[in-house]
Amino acid sequence: METETPRPMFDTDEMVLNMGPQHPSTHGVLRLVLKLDGERVVGCDPVIGYLHRGIEKLSEHRDYTQVVLLTDRMDYVAAATNNLGYVETIEKLYSLEVPRRARYIRTILAELQRVASHLLWLGSSAGDLGALTVLLFGLRERELVLDLFEEYCGARLTYNTMRIGGQPVDVPPDWGRKILAFCDEQERKLPDYEDLLTNNRIFLQRTKGIGVISGADAIALGLSGPPLRGSGVARDVRKDEPYAAYDEMDFDIAVGTEGDTYDRYLVRLEEIRQSLRILRQAVDGLPEGPVMGKVPRLIKPPAGETFHAIEAPKGELGFFVASDGKSVSPYRMRVRPASFCNLQALPRLVVGHLVADVVALVGTIDIVLGEVDR
Amino acid sequence: MSEGEKPAPEQIPTAPPAAKPAAPSGPKGEAKAGPAKTEAKPAAPPGPPDPEPPPDAAVPACVTALQSGLPGAVEHVSVWVGDWTVVVPAGRLVDAATFLRDQAACRFDYLSDLTAVDWLGRDARFDVVLCLYSTALRHRLRVKVRVADGEPVPSVAGLWPAANWLEREVFDMFGITFTGHPDLRRILMPPDWQGHPQRKDYPLEGPGELLMENPQDWLKAGQAAVESGIE
Repeated sequence: METETPRPMFDTDEMVLNMGPQHPSTHGVLRLVLKLDGERVVGCDPVIGYLHRGIEKLSEHRDYTQVVLLTDRMDYVAAATNNLGYVETIEKLYSLEVPRRARYIRTILAELQRVASHLLWLGSSAGDLGALTVLLFGLRERELVLDLFEEYCGARLTYNTMRIGGQPVDVPPDWGRKILAFCDEQERKLPDYEDLLTNNRIFLQRTKGIGVISGADAIALGLSGPPLRGSGVARDVRKDEPYAAYDEMDFDIAVGTEGDTYDRYLVRLEEIRQSLRILRQAVDGLPEGPVMGKVPRLIKPPAGETFHAIEAPKGELGFFVASDGKSVSPYRMRVRPASFCNLQALPRLVVGHLVADVVALVGTIDIVLGEVDR
Repeated sequence: MSEGEKPAPEQIPTAPPAAKPAAPSGPKGEAKAGPAKTEAKPAAPPGPPDPEPPPDAAVPACVTALQSGLPGAVEHVSVWVGDWTVVVPAGRLVDAATFLRDQAACRFDYLSDLTAVDWLGRDARFDVVLCLYSTALRHRLRVKVRVADGEPVPSVAGLWPAANWLEREVFDMFGITFTGHPDLRRILMPPDWQGHPQRKDYPLEGPGELLMENPQDWLKAGQAAVESGIE
């Protein structure tokens, strides 16, 4: 009888590598348990939750107005967008009318935020691939956006800049002219990034054909934002279900064709251009009027539930809020985080690629761990 | 019955501060007691009102298609601030979801969100809520399943891979199990965590916070939680 063959001392086929929780390219505390066959990734299990602060649970114990402040801490590089998603959900639940001027200011803030978020993405993900100049360029222009935010609301990162029913303050004098000047400046700087990356041979090798995902797969996996549009799906909440003042804006949806990392880069660059286009329209067409609507002193929406989604820089940011009609706190405040749902596709993207590509792919889906873990 | 149920969640949040007299939480404790008191006045929430659509409302084609295509699968139709919701029995969820995904009038190919709400005090305690979107027809629909504590929900991860992590999060936060889920583990909380934080009877300042302040209290609170029936 043949006995069982002796087991080798080491499993020489596959190796498990922990990338993170504090690897510099994971953009926060994300741990990736990679299963490797040599340099090739055969399995990937993202481990998240390191930054879980229980924002959803905490919201059930805070007033409706206090929750705005908590939403700042989710996607902290696009805090104003989170504010917008939350206050619009409550306004929908409460059937509040928001003045047109406030909706325009919100559009301006959301688009400034999109530019800032995409610039940070561009800088950090290009930096991951070794293009450190782009990182410096991206941060340099993002600083201009932060200055504009500072002038509007006094804060540079967590703005807490929206209220249920409108905006807390009107725009400062001369702010519009500064935004237009920023738009011109940014437009001039965009070719600089493109010169460094778009036709750069190293960048092309690192991004073309890496992490390809088809449109149908992207939809089924729940991808949203640039990763979905990079796969050729023209889905943009701003167009499909307009909110704020986007129904009055003229802009195009940037879509890719191949669904690879390079296309997602092109989509984001084009989105910066479209954002500048929206910003110019919103500043030029900023209507006169009040910035705060008629809002009861005590925010206490009638019993009911609603879901409302907006297009955050990272993708579809949704809020599901349930009110019991008796309490001044949300009965349930659920966030549909764009980063969380996009990160879910990472194992699908990285399998078959090299370890070095994991870095590029974590960058390309543009996650912020504060939003993934909440 | 619902009147009798309500004091239960009240008692548990007040228990941990009693267990840690040394904790320097004077103003913090007061702030926490404020909302708890205002919540205690009204009767326990019996659940969402889910108002019936007004008779003149135009029912979306996807809802009528589901009603006629799968008789008995729709328990209730409601509309609130323009959002349409159908309630589906847990046993028919996969049928209904497949129908909604594939039928020409529905084509809900995008699972926007999957979450749960704990309506403590109701017989079927949890609402599992699916927010569906159609990228082709650009409409939304919410599908709700009402389940009691411990009752499993069939997984829709086979229909929309997007449901994988979302169901894991619901399992982690509410303790609702999904049958047929490929990989049902905790996702946000550590694997050895006790309890499900988003449940309404789970205190805001829970055993985990006590652990950081005083490990001895953590042991006591954990024991008390086991005795009082919290998982």
